[in-house]
Amino acid sequence: MKPAPVLTASRLLSWGAYLALILVAPLLSRSGYWLSLLSQIAIMTVFALSFNMLLGQTGLLSFGHAVYYGLGAMITMHALIAVNHHVLPIPVTLLPLVGGLGGLFFGVLLGYVTTRRAGTTFAMISLGIGEMVAASSLMFPAFSGGEGGLSSNRVTGKGWLGITYGPQIQVYYLIALWGFACVVAMYALAQTPLGRIANAVRDNPERAEFIGYNPQVVRFLMVVLAGFFAGVAGGLTALNYEIVTSESLHAYTSGLVIMMAFVGGVGYFFGPILGALLITVLQMAVSSLTAAWLFYFGLLFLVVVLYAPGGVASVVVEHRRLWHAGVLGRLAPAYLLAAVPVLLVGAGLVAVVEMVYRLMKEDAASAHLRVFGFTLDASRGLFWIAVAAAIAIGILLLRKVARTVSDERHRAYATLRQERT
Amino acid sequence: MEFALISLLNGVTYGLLLFMLSSGLTLIFSMMGILNFAHASFYMLGAYFAYQISTKIGFWPALLIAPVLVGIVGALIERYGIRKAHRYGHVAELLFTFGLAFLAIEVVQLVWGKAAVDYRVPASLSGTWFTLFSSSFPVYKGFMMAVSVGMLLTLYALLTFTRIGLIVQAALSRPDMVQALGHDVPRIFTLVFGGGSALAAIAGVIGGNAFVTEPGMADALGPIVFVVVVVGGLGSLTGAFIASLLIGILQTFMVGTDYSLVDFARSVGIKIHSAPALARLSLTQLAAIMPYVLMVAILIFRPRGLMGARET
Repeated sequence: MKPAPVLTASRLLSWGAYLALILVAPLLSRSGYWLSLLSQIAIMTVFALSFNMLLGQTGLLSFGHAVYYGLGAMITMHALIAVNHHVLPIPVTLLPLVGGLGGLFFGVLLGYVTTRRAGTTFAMISLGIGEMVAASSLMFPAFSGGEGGLSSNRVTGKGWLGITYGPQIQVYYLIALWGFACVVAMYALAQTPLGRIANAVRDNPERAEFIGYNPQVVRFLMVVLAGFFAGVAGGLTALNYEIVTSESLHAYTSGLVIMMAFVGGVGYFFGPILGALLITVLQMAVSSLTAAWLFYFGLLFLVVVLYAPGGVASVVVEHRRLWHAGVLGRLAPAYLLAAVPVLLVGAGLVAVVEMVYRLMKEDAASAHLRVFGFTLDASRGLFWIAVAAAIAIGILLLRKVARTVSDERHRAYATLRQERT
Repeated sequence: MEFALISLLNGVTYGLLLFMLSSGLTLIFSMMGILNFAHASFYMLGAYFAYQISTKIGFWPALLIAPVLVGIVGALIERYGIRKAHRYGHVAELLFTFGLAFLAIEVVQLVWGKAAVDYRVPASLSGTWFTLFSSSFPVYKGFMMAVSVGMLLTLYALLTFTRIGLIVQAALSRPDMVQALGHDVPRIFTLVFGGGSALAAIAGVIGGNAFVTEPGMADALGPIVFVVVVVGGLGSLTGAFIASLLIGILQTFMVGTDYSLVDFARSVGIKIHSAPALARLSLTQLAAIMPYVLMVAILIFRPRGLMGARET
């Protein structure tokens, strides 16, 4: 049987659109904020996709993926320092590759230990290894820079054709092009026999073994390659911020990449891209609005795990299918109906969180919160009763509406199946 | 000699505390196949609840109320969260508890602030129990030991001599058969999960004031508890016990020993002028990574852990 062609016209078109988007995006606004947001998104896209090579493609849930990212960043920084001291004759453009090779090296070293087991045990071991590397990094201040981190200057000389990487726009294009190359490479890798057998190892390691592949070797190769791409992402971070601290290889960074990949959707290649985009934007937007932004992140993550385990990507794909069948319109009333209790519960929760936060600051004046012209006063019992009532009513309504929505969806799918046959 | 004895006592206290956490974790794991990422969060919640209760009505009621409250929270989480996530498989389950651990830290920071709270050893338990040569051993450490040993004996008795304990043990190996005999296995799961959470919370109540009660305490202990479970062998209570004491004692000894490879070389008469950073590291500095190094060594030389029965 001949395999389906990888390069179809529609795929080429969407890749072209993606490339055009990342090339044109920085021209939309001249603000520095916009550029730094785009750079961060591009870096996180590579990082999240490299994580998904493990979780989505090989079925390995890693709680220590930041190790490769952070070490890649540190190694790139050392290379940059060496370039600045005229020890190392490498153009800055190629430095992310150094980070990638660093990630690859540590992937070989640590992957040997972590990939001895799969499943839940892999998750635990990757966590332990991550903690070990994070703890050891502070023991070697010469390598990690200690508490203050490592820093250097990415402008190393006159540059070539005026490209010195001084202005942020030049760095953005460096990151975007490296990022695009990595995304293409990871996509291509998923289509190779190795990528396919990784899927087989994810789904049924025993059968993969029966057809002659050692699952442990496949896992190891995938960890090594994922380490490479995470290292490239780390290298890009080093060049972008010109500073690397040991925080970049801590558990928090590992957790963030899990969130990005999972919220975006691990079942589709483009899922983590969506996740990186969404989480980075939320991170920048919500953190400027409220001090409790990490709480909302955790809540969002739990909601996705419980109610949309396929992430945003699978929701998008599912609704696109319904749209093409022309039955999406029928779902709209049910969705609109569901939006009311969802908003009610959401607003209630936000009110509780913000109020608790303000009350605990033990500052009477800050217990007032102004929302849309209303002043909410957390020190009054009436407020708490109202909020509790809103949440309770919302949950009750939600249970009712959830049934309607799921009935409607079943009906829509039934039509979809009928049309096919 | 003095150092060795005091370190041994401190190490055993710490090891027993680790076992209170790891026993619940390994029990929940072997029964439900759930690796509870949020287990150390229950430890943290126990400490914070105890702090809040002890400022209002004192330490002794807190010792009782805080674990019960945390146990109820744990049971509710199992009933309404984990059971739902279970339908989507192990990865979703693991990620759910991971999200919980993340959320727990944020909740604690939101309610009690980012700094450590002033959770103190009660006056009736402060002071010196006995003096060994010139080092004093606090009463509270003795109390911690007594509580841990008491709890563990109770747990052992519960599991071996009571009817519910026997059903739990049976559900460990053959849940479907137990279900067929008419027992409500999901309810037993909820019970065990709540019990494990309460056990972790007791560790928090007695450990929170001995060490420090802060939002980072779950993250500091959580990975070590995982290491204990891996080193001891997944699902083995005996293994977890040995590994807890081993890591507890080893780490305590290392923290107290300021000795590096360079010192060793000097003591045998080799003169060193410049040594690599690795050789300069003292055992005190290495104490932080010792549990992980031990885990790596175990994985390479004995993948099923000290007492584990199965490979994965």
